Amino acid sequence: MSVDKETVARIAHLARIKMPEEALEPVTGSLNNILEWVEQLSEVNTDDVEPMTSVVHARLSQRQDGVNDGDMRDSVLKNAPNAEHGFFAVPKVIE
Amino acid sequence: MSDLTSLSMADALAGLDAGDFSSKELTQSYLDAVEAGQAINAYTTVTADQALDMAAAADDARAAGTPGPLAGIPLAVKDLFCTKGVLTTASSHILDGFHPEYESTVTSNLWRDGAVMLGKVSLDEFAMGSSNETSYFGSVENPWRADDGQSRVPGGSSGGSAAAVAAHLAVAATGTDTGGSIRQPSSYCGLTGMKPTYGRCSRWGVIAFASSLDQAGPIARSVKDTALMLGSMAGYDAKDSTSIDTPVPDYAAALTGDIRGLKVGIPKEYRLDDTPAEILALWDQGIDWLKQSGAEIVDISLPHTKYALATYYIVAPAEASSNLARYDGVKYGLRVPGDSLIDMYENTRAEGFGEEVTRRILIGTYVLSAGYYDAYYLKAQKVRSLIARDFEQAYQSCDVILTPTAPSAAFAPGENADDPISMYLNDVFTVPASLAGLPGISVPAGLSGEGLPLGLQLLGRPFDEETVLRAAGVLEEAAGFTAQPSKWW
Repeated sequence: MSVDKETVARIAHLARIKMPEEALEPVTGSLNNILEWVEQLSEVNTDDVEPMTSVVHARLSQRQDGVNDGDMRDSVLKNAPNAEHGFFAVPKVIE
Repeated sequence: MSDLTSLSMADALAGLDAGDFSSKELTQSYLDAVEAGQAINAYTTVTADQALDMAAAADDARAAGTPGPLAGIPLAVKDLFCTKGVLTTASSHILDGFHPEYESTVTSNLWRDGAVMLGKVSLDEFAMGSSNETSYFGSVENPWRADDGQSRVPGGSSGGSAAAVAAHLAVAATGTDTGGSIRQPSSYCGLTGMKPTYGRCSRWGVIAFASSLDQAGPIARSVKDTALMLGSMAGYDAKDSTSIDTPVPDYAAALTGDIRGLKVGIPKEYRLDDTPAEILALWDQGIDWLKQSGAEIVDISLPHTKYALATYYIVAPAEASSNLARYDGVKYGLRVPGDSLIDMYENTRAEGFGEEVTRRILIGTYVLSAGYYDAYYLKAQKVRSLIARDFEQAYQSCDVILTPTAPSAAFAPGENADDPISMYLNDVFTVPASLAGLPGISVPAGLSGEGLPLGLQLLGRPFDEETVLRAAGVLEEAAGFTAQPSKWW
């Protein structure tokens, strides 16, 4: 499988990375080289093989369903490029 | 290098205990070395005042008879670990000005045990790279240069960690390893570096790259130092759901020097056609050393080895594209204004991420997108199961596995810059164990024809770091690697 410039533009938008028109061609080439290279996996017979879902064989640990942390609004907002009135501030979303 | 910075961690601890010098003196020697070693570009932030305060506290604890196991030892921290109140960058533009409000569990453990933070060290941006050339703060130089004087990359992604330790700008350093990012730079810089079993060290507070692969570990100047530091870094942490609740053994005590009867597996699939003869010769030498120490050599097969890199370059970018979605110009770091919210996101991420990070996010977004998920991501996770199964079967007939760490010595800056795949190939021997979550160590074992260090890798069973370290200790003793880079900085 390979991608064309339109697909790359669509992926870049999905990934929320602005990509100028002139960058599309080299990026498309670079992605296709990688996609062509990973194509080798199609040689491997994976019938009846389960996909890996956990790296080590261990059950996820459980904990009490209780509040054990919190009340740190100012800490959470401390690194925000723009925080106002105790909230993250962003460009206007609703007209 | 002053006398104090030439000491190993074990010897420095002995000197501190004997009162030969204080941690303040030791720490000051390192701060002076860091100042003099700026040409290496290993450090992104130096925390001199904090280091001296921590050193004074360690001296007080020692005077009070309550020193921690690493009391007074000055360390460098890969700038992927969040450190409270100290700039944390992941070597990326997008985290501009980020001062975490919390401390990673691994670094907390080190400070609990009395270690001293000298500062933060560079890496490939978001740990994506094998040369430390993708850092927003510029390339890091390997303290080692080829015999003709040409400079070399330190490897990556923990390139700043390895360069700092090799140039004696820190006793040891934390690293992280996703596909070889501790082991490969250790090999390139003549150091010992260990990636423990996935789940051994907490990932909490470590900036995420590929969550099912990322694992923290130490880079140090000897196997014993590696064992000492891992003992402090490791341990169960309820804040990381993949952290495993199992006791942390005394790793240094595992270094008995006795490997009689140990079964060492040699995977035939790692003998690649295009591997340089000197790498294969060193591997054969390593086999010989272990055999002479009483180990039994066993031929093993890891049949899916050749598919490991392709599997990795689907799984890791997929996870990265998801993890890096959080950098949106809202919560921390860089914000580049835009006409709308989405425009702001897109401008911020375009300016904030470098070329390799962008490439991996795009690949990851594509392989996870509707219609391609099964063909790429699901397929890769199935092949990953087969790779893990290969190791499980191999460990029925052997205890550890010996391989080269990397297919070459450190390469020249820019050498693999034009072709991402040629850069990815540096991890050919380290990636399979990462996919299977297994512990691995690189031990310096010899010099290349150009006078550059070469490492050998030992892999072990899950949570059996002790056997890996024991075999590594024997390898270290046999190799007797004492070469040091000639000081040019």
